[in-house]
Amino acid sequence: MAEENNDVITKLVVTSSDTVLPIDAAMKIYESSTDIVIKETCFGTMVTGPREAVNKVVKEIVDLDKNHIFVKERGFPPGDDRRCRASRGGGSRPGFYFLKEEAMMLPMIGKALDKYDKHVPLKEIEHKKKLEVKDLQDIVESSL
Amino acid sequence: MAKVIIYPTNSLILSDLVQRFGHTPLAMMEKIKEKVTTVGVDSPPMNITAEEPKHGLKYAAVEVPAGVRGRMAIVGPMIEEAEAGIIVGESPMAFGCMGCARTNELTKYLIRSREMPLLELEFPKDDDEGQEFVYRIAEFLKSLDEVKGESEEATE
Repeated sequence: MAEENNDVITKLVVTSSDTVLPIDAAMKIYESSTDIVIKETCFGTMVTGPREAVNKVVKEIVDLDKNHIFVKERGFPPGDDRRCRASRGGGSRPGFYFLKEEAMMLPMIGKALDKYDKHVPLKEIEHKKKLEVKDLQDIVESSL
Repeated sequence: MAKVIIYPTNSLILSDLVQRFGHTPLAMMEKIKEKVTTVGVDSPPMNITAEEPKHGLKYAAVEVPAGVRGRMAIVGPMIEEAEAGIIVGESPMAFGCMGCARTNELTKYLIRSREMPLLELEFPKDDDEGQEFVYRIAEFLKSLDEVKGESEEATE
């Protein structure tokens, strides 16, 4: 039983694509005849099932727009009482805030991956330096 | 293929990039899955038992809060297992209801104190920084293949 359970995984497929919508990803999964369960969400899709089947389907989805669809594994299965907000009295589920922050960065990461594939040379950026202690001391003394 | 520990340990972007460039991300989600789906370890709702803070004693002293030790019981073995690491700083979202600032400090310290290839950078704020972020991670992950290849040749 435990072994069987261990082999079932959940993956979060987060779409940040101009051409592929979460529903397209979901349709792709419906088309596959594998034994998996999906849940559509506002940010993408959650896919649960045997490891091999999930990996195969997720790869097919990612291939739709590989630089703009991102995947990570999820610990809890979809709709789990310990996480699902339906049984927790509303509000975002724990862990969503982090995902939301990262989802906002995904267009930027997607563009960068496109550039990396096209071998666009890296621009040099000047990073802000931290204030040296001596400089701070000078500023403090100058205002006295 | 190297096992790469990522910080923040549950990051979507890092987990995806590590996997995309052909390595195995060591992330919190898989460990949590083992914890919450293993039959027999039944201490609802999170299956965290009194054993976890005891395991955490390997990484933090007894006077450190149990929350830190409990988290380290999961994060610590991941750090030991890792062959390389990526730390992304400036990630305030790693601190909150799902994270703990002191655990984060300790995690970063333990990753840095391991003698292994390590990349440290910050989350990007604009497109140019995003490009640098992805390029640096990609180059780092590609360089791991070379390092691993050389070390395998040396052992042969």
